[in-house]
Amino acid sequence: MKERDFKIYRGDNERGELVNYKCKVTEGMVVLDVIHRIQADKANDLACRWNCKAGKCGSCSIEINGKPRLACMTRMNEFNEEEKIVITPLKSFPVLKDIVSDVSWNYEQNKKIIPFSPSKKDKEKDFVMMQKDVDRVQHFRKCIECYLCQNMCHVLRDNEGKEKFSGPRYMTRLASLEMHPMDKADRIADIKDVHGSGMCNITRCCTEVCPEEIQITDDAIIPLKERVIDRFYDPIMIFFRKIFGKN
Amino acid sequence: MGNIIMLDISDIRRLKFDVLVIGAGGAGLSAAIAASQEKGIKVGLVCKSLLGKAHTVMAEGGMAAALGNVDDRDDWKIHFRDTMRGGKMLNNWKMAEIHAKDAPARVRELEHWGAVFDRTKNGLINQRNFGGHRYPRLAHVGDRTGLEMIRTLQDHGIHQGIDIHMECTALDITKDKSDRVSGIVCMYRETGEFIIFETKSLIFATGGAGKSWEVTSNSWEYTGDGYGMAYEAGAELIDMEFNQFHPTGMVWPPSVKGILVTEGVRGEGGIMKNSEGKRFMFDYIPEKFANETADTEEEAARWLKGDKDARRPPELLTRDVVARAINTEVKAGRGSEHGGAYLDIATQRNSEDIKKKLPSMYHQFKVLAELDITKQAMEVGPTCHYFMGGIKVDAETSMTTVEGLFACGEAAGGMHGANRLGGNSLSDLLVFGNLSGKKAVEYSKGLKSYPKINDEDIKHIIKKATSILNREKGNNPYIIHEDLQKNMQYNVGIIRTKKEITDGINTIDDLKSQFENVKAPGSSQFNPGWHEALALRNLLISSEAVSKSALLREESRGAHTREDFPDERKEWLKYNIINKKGKNGKMETIKQNRNEPDPELKRIANSAIEELDNEVKKDHNKLTSEV
Repeated sequence: MKERDFKIYRGDNERGELVNYKCKVTEGMVVLDVIHRIQADKANDLACRWNCKAGKCGSCSIEINGKPRLACMTRMNEFNEEEKIVITPLKSFPVLKDIVSDVSWNYEQNKKIIPFSPSKKDKEKDFVMMQKDVDRVQHFRKCIECYLCQNMCHVLRDNEGKEKFSGPRYMTRLASLEMHPMDKADRIADIKDVHGSGMCNITRCCTEVCPEEIQITDDAIIPLKERVIDRFYDPIMIFFRKIFGKN
Repeated sequence: MGNIIMLDISDIRRLKFDVLVIGAGGAGLSAAIAASQEKGIKVGLVCKSLLGKAHTVMAEGGMAAALGNVDDRDDWKIHFRDTMRGGKMLNNWKMAEIHAKDAPARVRELEHWGAVFDRTKNGLINQRNFGGHRYPRLAHVGDRTGLEMIRTLQDHGIHQGIDIHMECTALDITKDKSDRVSGIVCMYRETGEFIIFETKSLIFATGGAGKSWEVTSNSWEYTGDGYGMAYEAGAELIDMEFNQFHPTGMVWPPSVKGILVTEGVRGEGGIMKNSEGKRFMFDYIPEKFANETADTEEEAARWLKGDKDARRPPELLTRDVVARAINTEVKAGRGSEHGGAYLDIATQRNSEDIKKKLPSMYHQFKVLAELDITKQAMEVGPTCHYFMGGIKVDAETSMTTVEGLFACGEAAGGMHGANRLGGNSLSDLLVFGNLSGKKAVEYSKGLKSYPKINDEDIKHIIKKATSILNREKGNNPYIIHEDLQKNMQYNVGIIRTKKEITDGINTIDDLKSQFENVKAPGSSQFNPGWHEALALRNLLISSEAVSKSALLREESRGAHTREDFPDERKEWLKYNIINKKGKNGKMETIKQNRNEPDPELKRIANSAIEELDNEVKKDHNKLTSEV
């Protein structure tokens, strides 16, 4: 059992400081275990969010030595023995208290998305969809809404960006709806105007931090951008639509 | 409620609802969605975590429904029989019937709301095998079915006009003079502000109390809030002695001990071995299941390849049986390196299949245990997982014994009897979430006005909560909780005796008096120490109910195993055990006679499987010819 040094942000959005804690680290421990130990022994009121402790719920998103991570899936043995570990809240959202952030903005974005809309006729019977046709959709639906991608997205780092772009999480959700074989809604105009697909300039930072390894940029955002371009910027397609109608 | 309290509550925000749901997992979201379908009904939803993070998100294997997509011999009757036999016939007959009949429609509805299940070759919802289910019955998405379910309900639910209050803890119920529910006092975790919800009806979808044990698959939320609040309001708790220990939790490293390993591993062909390399489950087949279980490795292997004449491998016996078998092997000195059993899928399926069918298990072991499940066997052992018992409800309305209070999902008791089958929980959430939502609407529409809340009750609730913060000094809530968990683990665990349970009850008494003087340092803003202390009352009530019921039931049935009464006793099939707050304020634990079942249901549950298979075949033929 080895005692190690930690620095944890204590405070709120206006003011706060990094506070030093020591904690004994045993085999197999993850960063969330350390936080819990400190909470139980030394700082009962240290705020932290968590639920499943197995990388399935996406609650314990924080920054560890400046990198956005899930605390429950970050093993202590990843770090050098002498390395000091700094634990801070997500940068892109207001701090509520200590390492807990206010992520309510994300929930607001979700509400703007036109929900799944199958036709009335299709709903009268069992859906028939082949596995290969839903593989891509299922890949998107692995998302655990940890918001690490939202935190990492440089467009969303400031409030101005947040007004124009819904962020990678919701591009992924939009893609999962657009590629659902039974969905009948048209979200292309929304993807451009409401959700701001044009704001993304494909730096792939979001994809790099996704704990579910969803190919957010290549599989979700780029195809959505292409659909927007086809609709609004491709002169041949615009011509065809004028003659043959929308579809 | 005693003395008048000097406390100004005029500044506290009040909101009015026709139906208010507490809990936003599968059951709570289903209930809120169902209630919101009625025009003019105002529905509220309160949850302790952020939306979409409730315990349902962790469910892995699937939801059981007799769709018959993979094996058309399946039918609600067979599902019902499996459920009753799994529950050792102690289930509420009517609930088990409603569940088996309604589950397919609810699963289809979920698909129509956007859930994307794995598909069969014909493009229908795929179904997998699971413990205790005769046919492949679990609609699933790899091993993340719970995530699919909660996200679908969440994304559908946010467009139904439901008023959602996140990170809000419910403290206690208020009732009017005629003992009807009139509201509930809650607290926003972020700010520590109180809020009063006035409501005509209240639905508890608050889950179980698995955080009472040390080794558990449950998260911090599972503190029996619904049990505690309902008990305090005078409701009856039923079957609390039946606590499911899931046979396969992780055992190594220590920090992940208890985290769930899906039964889907065995459903996909995983086998159990002891330290001698022996496939030990063949030695633990109960007589009642001998006819339907393979007795050689050769037959089990044929079953895995899809031979419809082969019987199911013994690894797919019900959870109580497998958990006890592992326990026995470990006690006999044949346990794995870290005191569990080996679960091996690597030798049964190829690496690609494993990664496709069990991706989150692959990931979980890779990251948390540095183990590759496509190459090595996992180490697993029993972990506290689920409460079969809960708040007693009427089968057809989900109303508890308190007027205006409804309960569904794990918070409600009765449906699963003495042992729940894997996959029957997710379907239970949908079926009874939906039912309770509709019935709560009916009840609320029947009330002309809002039942009155007494201000003194509100003050009393708030005073009790704030005294934890205001006290000069007192006991550390985390330490009381840890002591409770150790106590339940040691004294009221998988194998129970009179002596140990009695010790357990004495320790709970002692912890209750320590709790009277619990202190949380810090302010009321997002203060986990305070939240922990508030949950403690409910954990203690739940644990006391479990222990007292376990002491009273002098037999072994399903998940309740008494070493001093090792067999099922027929006489005990007549009773449920009920816990209720007595007039003197102490917990009363009594035997209550069960209702006689409908003869037709009794016949189906007790049919020989060949007979029932034939009957179903005739039913299906008749349906086809009518069409």
